[in-house]
Amino acid sequence: MKIKAKVKKDITKVKMLIKHPMETGRRKDQDGNVIPGLYITEVSASHNSQPVFYAEVGQAVSKDPYMAFSFKGGMSGDKVSITWIDSSGATGKGEAAIK
Amino acid sequence: MGLIKLILKIKAGLILAGLLALSCMANGETGSKSGLDFKAMVQQDVRDFQAYYKKRFSQVEFSKYKNGVYAIDAASREQWLEMEDFPPYEFAIDDGEALFQTPFANGKSYADCFANGGESIRQNYPYFDSKKVEVITLELAINNCREANGEKPLAYKKGALAMLSAYMASTSAGNIFAVSVPDEAAYQAYSEGKQFFYSKRGQLNFSCADCHMRVAGQKLRADISSPALGHPTGFPVYRAKWGEMGTLHHRYAGCNKNIRAKPLPAQGRAYRNLEYFQSVMSQGLEVNGPSSRK
Amino acid sequence: MSVSGKDMTMSRRGFLGDLFKGAACIAAATSLPRLAFAAWNEKAFKAETLEGALNGKYPGLEMVDSTAVKLKAPAIAENGAVVPVSVKTDLPDVKTISLFVEKNPSPLAATFHLTSVNVADVSIRIRMGETSNLIAVVESGGKLHRVQQEVKVTIGGCGG
Repeated sequence: MKIKAKVKKDITKVKMLIKHPMETGRRKDQDGNVIPGLYITEVSASHNSQPVFYAEVGQAVSKDPYMAFSFKGGMSGDKVSITWIDSSGATGKGEAAIK
Repeated sequence: MGLIKLILKIKAGLILAGLLALSCMANGETGSKSGLDFKAMVQQDVRDFQAYYKKRFSQVEFSKYKNGVYAIDAASREQWLEMEDFPPYEFAIDDGEALFQTPFANGKSYADCFANGGESIRQNYPYFDSKKVEVITLELAINNCREANGEKPLAYKKGALAMLSAYMASTSAGNIFAVSVPDEAAYQAYSEGKQFFYSKRGQLNFSCADCHMRVAGQKLRADISSPALGHPTGFPVYRAKWGEMGTLHHRYAGCNKNIRAKPLPAQGRAYRNLEYFQSVMSQGLEVNGPSSRK
Repeated sequence: MSVSGKDMTMSRRGFLGDLFKGAACIAAATSLPRLAFAAWNEKAFKAETLEGALNGKYPGLEMVDSTAVKLKAPAIAENGAVVPVSVKTDLPDVKTISLFVEKNPSPLAATFHLTSVNVADVSIRIRMGETSNLIAVVESGGKLHRVQQEVKVTIGGCGG
């Protein structure tokens, strides 16, 4: 995943782009077989061990999910870490410093 | 097999002869002194082509044509800018970079095949190779590099090759296209590309110029037709419809299919000459690839 | 927790999810940090109607139309597979923000949970199967504040 975090006047805006196929489970392959659903269901972020974001998502989120959120109290150099879990139980995580 | 090749060669020869005749006639009209002053003619083509769009879209600044249809349509531009803020092709650039850095089995790497180690060179493609007597596009050069080093060539429309092309374009962002037509053989290729651009084809009987010059900016079913000026500058593109990175020739084939014309092979002669012509017409515009499209 | 025919096919994760949700409720009451993960509202996400999705996510909450919720989405989506949407509001104490696509097979697209350190300003790219109302709902002060906008999704053009 890619994370961009910028602070301006005490508000930190965090943008993330997560590499994930977000298969809806409604698509069919060339042979007509349904491609099983595989999509991120939860995303959470923390800053200084405090939760700063939690989202429940589903099949209606685009492939390679993009999400952005904002929070107060972050400072340049602080780390923001993001984790996700998908419908198969697989997880991913990333981290970035606030600019 | 041999007979078909012979017929094709004669056909090609006749077409070339026809084009030569055309150019000679044009020459006579402009009153050029010695044989073919093709460089002057190419420059006149560029001036005429770019002037057409300046007149048609008087509010659009020249440099903005690197943005394709988003240069001329505000509503779609807004959505496009939101996507470009954190574009989906960032992964493809990273993947392309990783591919680029991976050495071949023989120990050599892509950097050994290209000037400046392959960095910041997108604006020099395509170019006319006078020895091979053909147009070399960046994608073709990538595969030439692979084959010269004992590797299998990659598919031309999407996948690894599109990612490599995306990475190389990204290192060249902002460089100005200056594709030239250095000699007569190059001018032949350029003229073939030009002829392709202006020729009607397919069941729908459209030429590239019909949609991308004459009705550029107008709706074609649910799409707004992009101006041909600047077409190659944003490629390769992450097309939302494809859900991945794809090359210019992938798009050419798609466009041809849409007007119910037979799609031609990616990196075949016709598309390479078309890309050559389009790139010459986009002289002065910046490299803007990779970029996202609908 | 009633067990209906539908619930019999509930996934293991969904079952655990409900268990954890229960645990999370207890945890919140004893002011332990709320457990993220395993709190995915499967019922709401799998509901096939807007009504079902709203009831699954926000059972029993009163809903009012609000001009204090700003929904930004294109009038005509460039591509229904990737529609950029953002929701902003100055309403106080925002607990959650949810996005629903009325005509999607499963209308609930996303729910954002906010804390006191968040600014209520979220963005996401969603899939819309066809022209539909896009509804943003902000949960604040025990009520749902709603705004909607139609987003046109076109098909057919110079594809290829």
